Amino acid sequence: MIRFFLSRLLQAIPVIFIVITVTFFMVRAAPGGPFDAEKVLPPEVIERLNERYNLDAPVHEQYFDYIANLARGDFGPSFRYTNRSVTEMIGAGLPITFELALYAIMIALVIGIFAGMLAAIKPNSAQDYIPMSLAMTGICMPSFLLGPLLVLIFGIWLQWLPVSGWGYAPGDKILPAITLGSTYAAYIARLTRGGMLEVLAQDYIRTAKAKGLSTANIIFRHALRGGLSPVVAFLGPAIAGLLAGSFVVETIFQIPGLGRFYVQAAFNRDYTMILGTTILLSTLIVVLNLLSDMLAVWLNPKLASGQQQQ
Amino acid sequence: MPAILFNVRFLLQQLCLLAVLSVLGGCDLGPSNIETATEQQILHFGNGAEPKDLDPHSVTGVTENNIISALFEGLTSPNPKTLAPEPGVAASWTISDDGKTYIFKLRENALWSNGDPVTADDFVWSWQRMLSPGMASEYAYQLFTVKNAKPFNQGDISDFSQVGVRALDAKTLQVELENPTPYFLSLLTHYSTFAVHPPTILKHGAMDEAGTLWTRPNNFVGNGPFTLKTWRLNYIIRVSKNPLYWGADEVRLNEIAFYPVDSALTEERMFRTGVLHITSTIPVDKIAVYKRDYPDKISINPYLGTYYYRINVKNKPLNDVRVRRALAMSIDRDNIVKAITKGGQIPAYVYTPPNTQGYYATPGQLKYDIAKARQLLAEAGYPDGQGFPEVELTYNTSDAHRRIAVAIQQMWKDALNIDIRLSNQDWKVYLSRVQSLDYEIARAAWIGDYPDPNTFLDMFVTDGGNNQTGWSNPEYDRLIALAATQTDQQQRYATFRAAEEILIDESPVIPIYTYTRVQLKQPQLQGWYPNILDQHPYQAAYIEDAN
Repeated sequence: MIRFFLSRLLQAIPVIFIVITVTFFMVRAAPGGPFDAEKVLPPEVIERLNERYNLDAPVHEQYFDYIANLARGDFGPSFRYTNRSVTEMIGAGLPITFELALYAIMIALVIGIFAGMLAAIKPNSAQDYIPMSLAMTGICMPSFLLGPLLVLIFGIWLQWLPVSGWGYAPGDKILPAITLGSTYAAYIARLTRGGMLEVLAQDYIRTAKAKGLSTANIIFRHALRGGLSPVVAFLGPAIAGLLAGSFVVETIFQIPGLGRFYVQAAFNRDYTMILGTTILLSTLIVVLNLLSDMLAVWLNPKLASGQQQQ
Repeated sequence: MPAILFNVRFLLQQLCLLAVLSVLGGCDLGPSNIETATEQQILHFGNGAEPKDLDPHSVTGVTENNIISALFEGLTSPNPKTLAPEPGVAASWTISDDGKTYIFKLRENALWSNGDPVTADDFVWSWQRMLSPGMASEYAYQLFTVKNAKPFNQGDISDFSQVGVRALDAKTLQVELENPTPYFLSLLTHYSTFAVHPPTILKHGAMDEAGTLWTRPNNFVGNGPFTLKTWRLNYIIRVSKNPLYWGADEVRLNEIAFYPVDSALTEERMFRTGVLHITSTIPVDKIAVYKRDYPDKISINPYLGTYYYRINVKNKPLNDVRVRRALAMSIDRDNIVKAITKGGQIPAYVYTPPNTQGYYATPGQLKYDIAKARQLLAEAGYPDGQGFPEVELTYNTSDAHRRIAVAIQQMWKDALNIDIRLSNQDWKVYLSRVQSLDYEIARAAWIGDYPDPNTFLDMFVTDGGNNQTGWSNPEYDRLIALAATQTDQQQRYATFRAAEEILIDESPVIPIYTYTRVQLKQPQLQGWYPNILDQHPYQAAYIEDAN
């Protein structure tokens, strides 16, 4: 098992390195530069700005300089926000996005597992169809629709919750967390239902039933651990998706998280910021996938031996 | 057993619902920003985007201007109603007879926010910083009216003492200009001409080093009515009243909070729930609703900007002036502003917005006239659009631009029977294509830097950086150069009018409408006067309940 994780860890390093390299050259190949503006800059000003940000050097030199700086943990200055470093901007945005993702995944897990269990207990009944139809709606409804809808109901009509901000007014974290979490809640509900149905059909569950155990006992004591393994496998990519995909929710609710920085950086051709956030997010995705694999193996040791045999 | 479970589930559901409701119901939102603002005199300002920096010498843009004008004051200060330059840091000034030498007397009580006096030397030092080649300042050209400023900025001379600005004593500043520049005093209200506090800059880096930490809240020193209190990236910037400002007694606001809201929809919701006093914009679809239901909360005012289409005059068929005129004459601007933009925009048939500091271009040159347009197209060899190649119209990604482009595409089809292909580009791609003349027709906009026709017309001189049409006309170049030397305002305007006639006649640009500033504004915000630059000196603003 240890060998399995070590090899996965070693595989991660070239993946991240390739991401850095491809991103580096792709942002520079994209048309339009960081200093293009509606009011054109005089050529001598562009020249000095290029000099300041090392953009006048040949691209391969820029690349090696960048890698060298990166090895020292220096992501460089932001091209757009002249008095900020990329490290500082990530430091400001990442904890907020993390917090948002954490609440979202908590909501997703609680709602998703509960709904999935209900559905699996009585498949093909109203108790199945209602939560699963809701889940399908949740999967289909994009956050740019759900967010404003929730804002309209709870923020503007009922006036229960603030419509914007993060930690500024009490309760302003509720709507963004629900908006971001609901899509994932829907996925988790479907995965839980699938996993549970499979487990509930196993012989040992039939034995438990035959022994006269209560449904609650069967579900919580015997079925849940096995039934949740698809959910656990999904958690890594889900959290990574939450982090990388928080942009829409952050924009709707005016949250100063990393997602907004990331998208703004792409529009602004803020090369260093694009690279910094891409590297960070790809590292996170790799790490989270690894963690969720580890968890899945812990829940179902058969997986590790299966991997080793390959 | 399942029946029991069903009951358990029902109970659980009810409990959950109850818990959620009690949490939500218990969430007392408390009074909104707007409700508490009157007592506290805090202005909540929707500012569109995160500022690049707060250094007046390294930024450009409206977002930055909104904050910098609270933190600094120039030699002159705009009148809140008319924008006419009034005494700012300079208490008074004299102008020589030839209009080329200005002597400013600085206020004795003008102080930096750390208590140091604001001196004439600070201005000399700051202008040297602004013009230093190493600073790579985008707005350096705003000072090019000053003698030798341009060669210094371009590195042709390195001795700053040759530039026409010197301190005669601690409180007297002398400025020499290249040409008499009637709008020079207005230029001094622009942040690119403001002074910064030299010891603060030098504490955090070299004179010509941009992007140092001096603009952070704890390091910041300014001379404006407000001083920097907090700056949370992409979230909020707060400035609080500066008690050392010479006119502090007149300043009624205690604080301004700037919110960098990049989504117009979010901004509108924040306005609706009382988070903001004023927004930077409004979603187009909401304009009609506010006009109908809350007319006291929407503000629509003329703005010193033109929405237009640029034409690349280098290639066929658009190198033929008759084709360009035909295109210009077959756009129904009235329809566009009524049915699409809906924000009271003014249909434009000339380039410079009407009443730019009293200037009006010659009206009625290329009117909406389909018959004439068809005739011109036929003369150019394309009767009823026959043989006219498909032309590409490029615009940057935006719903508003797309709607206008689609309408114009149809208008040209109906009137001239020609086919236009629409090409939607990401902002930076669009910019790079326009700059390299890799387009045929492109959507464009120009917002004036100062209220004078020069800011609109000098961009189309031959090879001007912002020309970007490939168009060139020696007579036009001559007239623009002539206007720069004229002191009499009527004569200058006549020269500009003659130049603009050439521009419209040759049609390297097709003006579509003059911008308006459409924003949401709470009626409690007072002392906020409409003007064409959308500048609102905060010294005059205050919050007061309307009734």
